[in-house]
Amino acid sequence: MSPSEIFFTTLGMAVISLLCRAFFLIPKQDLPMPGWLREGLRYAPIAALSAVVAPELVLTQGHLIDTWRDPRVFGAIAGLAIYAWRRSLFGTIVGGTGVMLALRFGLGW
Amino acid sequence: MAIGIGAWGIVAGVAMAKSGMGVPLAIFMSVLVYAGSAQIASLPLIAADAPMWVVWATTLCVSLRFMAFSFHYRPYFAHLPRPQRVALSYLMGDTNFALFIRRFPEHVPGQRYDEYFLGCALVTYGIWEVSIITGIVAGHGIPASWGLGFAGTMALLALTCTQLRSPSTWVAAVVAACAAVAAYALPLKLNIVVAIAAAVAVCVLMDHARASPAGAKR
Repeated sequence: MSPSEIFFTTLGMAVISLLCRAFFLIPKQDLPMPGWLREGLRYAPIAALSAVVAPELVLTQGHLIDTWRDPRVFGAIAGLAIYAWRRSLFGTIVGGTGVMLALRFGLGW
Repeated sequence: MAIGIGAWGIVAGVAMAKSGMGVPLAIFMSVLVYAGSAQIASLPLIAADAPMWVVWATTLCVSLRFMAFSFHYRPYFAHLPRPQRVALSYLMGDTNFALFIRRFPEHVPGQRYDEYFLGCALVTYGIWEVSIITGIVAGHGIPASWGLGFAGTMALLALTCTQLRSPSTWVAAVVAACAAVAAYALPLKLNIVVAIAAAVAVCVLMDHARASPAGAKR
């Protein structure tokens, strides 16, 4: 793409992204919505977060990892364990990343 | 939390530098779009000279999850004037949302939710922009093997855990994780959309099945 095309593409991306974020905040009245959808949307945020995280942990180049010696999986398990133990966001991030790096560089996985 | 955002921002910045779009445009995009996942998803498309609408469609799919966030914010911000609501929604992100809902699980009238949100969101925005621009400028100096991106993934993993408040949310998380992995081959990052739809559908059905006792006629 030429720089000017990238420029317009970027503008479009900004508009689309903002419209999605503001979608339910723009109208003055509550949008009429069937009850099941209203209920279901309660689960959408957790589903979104989970859906973003899971592929990052178990896929390599779009393929399921085929070895148990993957440092990311152990990093994630360590992170989950720390979260279950201390309920600390900071500890989860540092601990999980630490375990992943230790396995990658320490054991050469 | 800032570590996760910062690391993720640097990774996004490096990815943008390596896509060859040029430093000014990369910074322009980061400041204006302010959506890490959408920016990263768009890079290979821009590099491959894909049509503009494909990039936009991808952005739409990646951003659809924000619609769910805005739905949840609505009761908290409904009393504010519209321009302010839209301005707040510009600052919405995964991290903010999870922190906000953790702090205020229920909406009680009369609290200043917007102040908490704004404080949190502006800090996030600042860290994100500083780190992504660092990444863009430092570019090739930072090797991928440092696993900086993993810190970002860990941050999101921790945030996912904060949302696990009931058995149903566990089901939602597991269904969404499996669906996102299984549907990964779909174009335009549609796997995220599919995963959300699957999780919502399963949980709604489950709630209904529980509400009406087994064997009861509906």
